Amino acid sequence: MDLGLSEEQEMLKKSAREFLRGECPKQLVRRLDESDEGYSVELWRKMAELGWLGLVFPEKYGGSGRSFLDLAILLEEMGYNIVPGPFFSTVVLGGLTILAAGNEEQKMEFLPRIARGEMILSFALTEPAASYDAASVKTEAIAGNGEYVIKGTKLFVLNANVADCVLCVARTRKTENPEDGITVFLVDVRTPGLKCTLLKTLARDKQCEIIFDNVTVSEKSIVGRRGQGWPVVKDILQKAAVAKCAEMVGGAQAALDMAVNYAKERVQFGRPIGSFQAIQHYCANMAMDVSGSRFVTYKAAWKVGEGLPAALDAAIAKAWVSEAYGRVALSAHQIFGAIGFTMDHDLHLYYRQAKAAEIIFGDADFHRTAIARELSL
Amino acid sequence: MDFTFSEREEAFRREVEDFIDKELPADWVEKNVYWPAGYGTLAQFEELGPQVEQFTRRLAEKGWLTISWPKEYGGAGLSHTEQAIFHERMSYYRAPAGEIATRIGGPTIMLFGNEEMKKRWLPRIAGGEVRFWLAYSEPNAGSDLSSIQTRAIEDGDDLIINGQKIWGTAAHVSHYAWMAVRTDPAAPPHKGISLVIVDNASPGVAVRPVMNICGFPSFNEVFFDNVRIPKKNVVGEMNKGWYYLMAALDFERLAIPIGGFRRTFEEIVQYARETKHNGEALSQEPLIRSRLANIAIQIEIAYMFFWQTAWMLDNNLVPSIEASLLKLFTTELSQKLANTGMQVMGHYGQLEGISKWSSLYGRVCLGCLDCISAQVGAGTSEIQRNIIAMRGLGLPPT
Repeated sequence: MDLGLSEEQEMLKKSAREFLRGECPKQLVRRLDESDEGYSVELWRKMAELGWLGLVFPEKYGGSGRSFLDLAILLEEMGYNIVPGPFFSTVVLGGLTILAAGNEEQKMEFLPRIARGEMILSFALTEPAASYDAASVKTEAIAGNGEYVIKGTKLFVLNANVADCVLCVARTRKTENPEDGITVFLVDVRTPGLKCTLLKTLARDKQCEIIFDNVTVSEKSIVGRRGQGWPVVKDILQKAAVAKCAEMVGGAQAALDMAVNYAKERVQFGRPIGSFQAIQHYCANMAMDVSGSRFVTYKAAWKVGEGLPAALDAAIAKAWVSEAYGRVALSAHQIFGAIGFTMDHDLHLYYRQAKAAEIIFGDADFHRTAIARELSL
Repeated sequence: MDFTFSEREEAFRREVEDFIDKELPADWVEKNVYWPAGYGTLAQFEELGPQVEQFTRRLAEKGWLTISWPKEYGGAGLSHTEQAIFHERMSYYRAPAGEIATRIGGPTIMLFGNEEMKKRWLPRIAGGEVRFWLAYSEPNAGSDLSSIQTRAIEDGDDLIINGQKIWGTAAHVSHYAWMAVRTDPAAPPHKGISLVIVDNASPGVAVRPVMNICGFPSFNEVFFDNVRIPKKNVVGEMNKGWYYLMAALDFERLAIPIGGFRRTFEEIVQYARETKHNGEALSQEPLIRSRLANIAIQIEIAYMFFWQTAWMLDNNLVPSIEASLLKLFTTELSQKLANTGMQVMGHYGQLEGISKWSSLYGRVCLGCLDCISAQVGAGTSEIQRNIIAMRGLGLPPT
């Protein structure tokens, strides 16, 4: 066993922390949260220059061939700082899907452009049923003349408002088993009939409604095999859940650090509030949540990266971290008291992240159900 | 990172498995009602005295009774990860492995005892010939341990001890007290304590078992009335006892019954699979599934704290906060596991022992009581949180 980070990973972590502190201060986070685009073109370019956008792509696709665990470490730092923008949707949801299921031509076309920061992707899976099972995919893609016509509504689609292309999960065949007959299409957002509307959300992340009103795409836009898209979706959902956990671990660590620093400085009754056991015990619980969350996340990320079966570990991580981040953020709020309840203070930025992250890619109940299944209950 | 075990470690795990398979009575794990991290049922080992004795002897022969000791003192010379593997497997089978003499007494003597003391005690401990009980707590010194009042006064070549100890687990079946006494009442509390070894058979020692809520006499209160011990039984230097006592905490970090959690959980899962409710297995009920999944998650996290602690020790990192997290997390899990067991079994969970209607040898019933002790013994949850906050997070002292 080796339960420590490598020197390279430590360096990635450290340099990411420093870079983001300098280039993505909270004023920028707030400005982007309030903007419609939700990302900074300049920061995006710099992240591309640092090699972050192509971190996990093989070198022949313009990437640096690092592991999924390395990506998790980077995401942890992004969660620590909070980095608004389409990194997750482009690299994790879009890039990793193309890398795993795309054909050579698609990989050569899209991955280098993602790595260079020239392409933003989005992943349109969930619909008004707002669930992650195959049966809730109702959007249809009807074949004819070597083309497909997509019709349906996608909801809670991350960063579609600034995306160049959207991966759309649609039903090409109605069968008894809902997991059959699903196909993944790569759709240019400028295609006629595609309409994207920004939703106003708790975390001010840019989630969208996309209406596909008879959007015509060619057969060549299929990622993976026709009718066999569900395994592709399941695979990316697993990776996304683990990647999201990494981001959450970083956010939880940040909330803990903020609260501990404040508890050392804030004086009441003539002494720092951190000297009161009530506050100390909150902090100890938060530290326990952060450490436990990090361990299970790293284990799941390592398994994903090694190509080992990771269904159980991914579900354990997402089930636990989804709730742990929320607990940590709420405890931090309790420690900060009234000042934490103001817009001026940064803590609410983390609490909002925690709530959004808790839901996406399956909440704790969803993953506990998966765990029970994995345990053959 | 790499979460796999090396070939050597896997081979060692198989060796431990084989040993247990050969030496532990076949029905032991099923009948033993030990609840992970609890103290209350430890005394059941006494009823099985000869079996425990024999198993202990075999462990001693194998060098595993003192598995954490360095080779030169009769230890097994294993890595911390290997020791962790050993503890994991042993606790999975609820096997008795080591006590105060092997876990605390021996290692402390190695570090701080003089040559004469090492020669006199270490071989007997390693051979499983002597058992110690931990004589630290007093009626007025629990979490605030440095306020102990049991006095030892010098008298020529002897010390004369007067006072009372309590919560001495297994004192009534042990040979010697591993004991903290006040030797300098004028000094600050931490600086006037010495560590001594006291023969239970000394005149003036009175051991009175305390019945715990599980119905076992696992604890004792012990009275010392002018008990005379030779000065050579003082461990290390006089008045340095507190320091030795703190250092000894390091020896126990991996002695966590981690495998017991997995074992008991598996038994509850099996029960849920086999028990029908309204014609359907309990394990098909969404709420039961969710509750069991929640425990599975936390057992995984407990294991990660456990392996992390072992890995840090092997890499010369000091797991001070991690060890407290491990203790805190597992003892709280002990209670959650008992609650979940009761929720799964419902009315049947409250049935004691073996009867027409009881299941799992009544272990959930007993566990619901026993789990209370886990968060109290060996540093309460509150003390662990203080340690994490102050030592780990650098918060100011209370």
